[in-house]
Amino acid sequence: MTSLMGASSITEELEQISADVWSDAAEPATTLPPRPAPHAPSSQRRALKRFSRTDALMMGGAFASALATTLLIFGRLTPLEGRLGFVAVLFATYIVTYAVLVALTDNGPTVIDRVMTVMLTTAAATALAALFSVVAFVLWRGRTALMHSNFFVQDLSVTGPLDPLDKGGISHAIVGTLIMTLIALVITVPLGVACSVYLTESSGRATSLVRTVVTAMTALPSILAGLFIFATWILILGFERSGIAAAIAMSIMMLPIIIRSADVVLRLVPGNLREASAALGAPKWRTVWHVVLPTARSGLTTSVILGVARGVGETAPILLTAGFTSTMNLNPTKDAMVSLPLAAFELVRSPQPAQVARGFATAAVLMILVLVLFTIARIVGGRPAGQLSKRQERRTVTTSAKDAERMRAMPTPLVKEHSNV
Amino acid sequence: MDVLTQEALTTIPLVAPAEPGSVQPRELNTRLGRGDRIFFRGASASGLFVFAIMVAVGVFLAIQAAQALEATGFSFLTTSEWQPDSGKFGISAVMLGTVLIALVAGAVALPIALGTALFITEVAPTWLRASLIALVDLMAAVPSVVYGLWGLFLLQGQVIGLSRWINAWFGWLPFFDVSRADPNSPLSSASVYTASTFIAGLVVAMMVMPISCVVMREVFSQVPIGEREGAYALGSTRWGMIRVVALPFGRGGIIGGTMLGLGRALGETIAVLLIISPRFDINFHILEAGSNSVSSLIALRTFESSGFGLSALMAAGLALFAVTLVVNFTASWFVARSRSGASSEA
Repeated sequence: MTSLMGASSITEELEQISADVWSDAAEPATTLPPRPAPHAPSSQRRALKRFSRTDALMMGGAFASALATTLLIFGRLTPLEGRLGFVAVLFATYIVTYAVLVALTDNGPTVIDRVMTVMLTTAAATALAALFSVVAFVLWRGRTALMHSNFFVQDLSVTGPLDPLDKGGISHAIVGTLIMTLIALVITVPLGVACSVYLTESSGRATSLVRTVVTAMTALPSILAGLFIFATWILILGFERSGIAAAIAMSIMMLPIIIRSADVVLRLVPGNLREASAALGAPKWRTVWHVVLPTARSGLTTSVILGVARGVGETAPILLTAGFTSTMNLNPTKDAMVSLPLAAFELVRSPQPAQVARGFATAAVLMILVLVLFTIARIVGGRPAGQLSKRQERRTVTTSAKDAERMRAMPTPLVKEHSNV
Repeated sequence: MDVLTQEALTTIPLVAPAEPGSVQPRELNTRLGRGDRIFFRGASASGLFVFAIMVAVGVFLAIQAAQALEATGFSFLTTSEWQPDSGKFGISAVMLGTVLIALVAGAVALPIALGTALFITEVAPTWLRASLIALVDLMAAVPSVVYGLWGLFLLQGQVIGLSRWINAWFGWLPFFDVSRADPNSPLSSASVYTASTFIAGLVVAMMVMPISCVVMREVFSQVPIGEREGAYALGSTRWGMIRVVALPFGRGGIIGGTMLGLGRALGETIAVLLIISPRFDINFHILEAGSNSVSSLIALRTFESSGFGLSALMAAGLALFAVTLVVNFTASWFVARSRSGASSEA
């Protein structure tokens, strides 16, 4: 009871003091703003979406206005002409109109933000438009020759430039490209993978030197690779211009590309996999062969395919080392052998429309080949290191189950149970 | 208590306490086994072999070029003609053409590459991002002869109007002057604008854009999330964030990527060869018909040259190689030195 009494008296005293302070002080030290009564959270979520209906209307309106203005400028006011100029004027008018529209409702930074977003989108759209225009144009111009099935099975040995498109074809160039690519693969895959293993598995000054030189060589102008092979293989060693010389030149272009991307892929293999293998007592080479390389298989495949895609399209080194021929040649060590890009290059330089059409069709075949290679590389290499596809996963599970079975069937158990002391 | 002992999951075997002084560090055997020694030797051998090939290209070019360089000396850099048989040859015209084509390509490719990289990392919705990255990579894989065909048969016709317009309005700038043309006369022939440095540069720009874009995208994707969010938390708009966070962070990547593209542009052969009509004089007018580049010179003249002429071509190739190397090493230096460079590829 007494304690309660005491407490209440202290409270009263404090209140008294505070009242004194309030009356004495000229102005209060802190004023709390009146708080609104707490209300239940709104059931409606705030929209975080950046692109609202107003934005769409603004963009559409600005575009319509810009289009009308540009048509007026081109059709009535000035003697301007040309498709490129029309697009440029349209774009400029659109930017200005859109900026003015946004400025009606929003502040300066927002206007700049909107305009810059349009600029960035335009840059990306330009790049894509260029890519699609390249692909579509070459396919379109090549369509006449691609329609004829003889284009894929005949060569040009008995076909003159004036012959119609239902005679002759580029089978010799297709076969030549395949043979050269195969030889280049035989050279570059073992060498490239071994070199990237060297770069990732050992360290030291030599490694960084090799890495620097390989990086520098990715920039080697392709014509110089051709010139190098032309001067050594053909002029000094005395071999003739042939498929194998072209394949070696191609390999010089492909090696640095394969090594550099394989180097990156191998470095992405998780370190704990290597350590686990080492902890189980595996020597280094077994770790590399059974753990590192299988883990990075999809990435390595991708780097090889990308190297091939680059090598297949190289024209300049082939021009100097393989020579041009219009007959089928299956022997890479003898006589000239032609590849798809070189055939396309030589054919379009002819003044005859039929030859130009053949050239475009050859380029289209080459482009489709590169597209296919590229798509395969994407599908194979889409997964990060160590992640397995469905089928690989199933195979791994089966192998692992088999291993477990084998261990269970072992006559003497490897692990003896400890008896409790 | 008894039950607990029985059910203990782990038993630690009894170890006799070590006698003081008897504890010695275990000897570590770091000697490699036979298999590993063979493995390392093989790997080093392949590394050295690749190294040797790459160095051989440079050294061989230098040795072969020596004959021509000795004959001309310093005038190799200043002469513009290319007549090795009469001893009058030099790279000033071809090198100038090469550099101008690369500069046009760089100037066109830089804004597109930068904008595309920023669009991919900052603007594009997530579902679109992966396919955009794949498409840009695909652009890099399209063979140069295909770009050459596109440039020669499609782009050239479209660009002539633009060339004429630039010449009409900016002809007072020495670069955009065209000596044989009157842009204001509608009857003037379009052929003075064809096969020019400008058109070749535009086509090469399409080829180097993806290369620059990949480096820039790589760098922008590494912008620290904290700084990014910090800018937004301070009320920045998206462009404000890009301007104060992403662009300064990626500066090294932007410069490096552009220079990497320039390095590629310097060595481009086939597309340039298809478009330009070769000429051997100092020509600054990028809109004017006719240009030249070192690589197309080599491609055109290798077969008709022998002995000394070939040595002269080697010397031109060596000069091109040197310029490309300098540009590329500067590029990797910029990328590596930037804040984002530690883990990026280029």
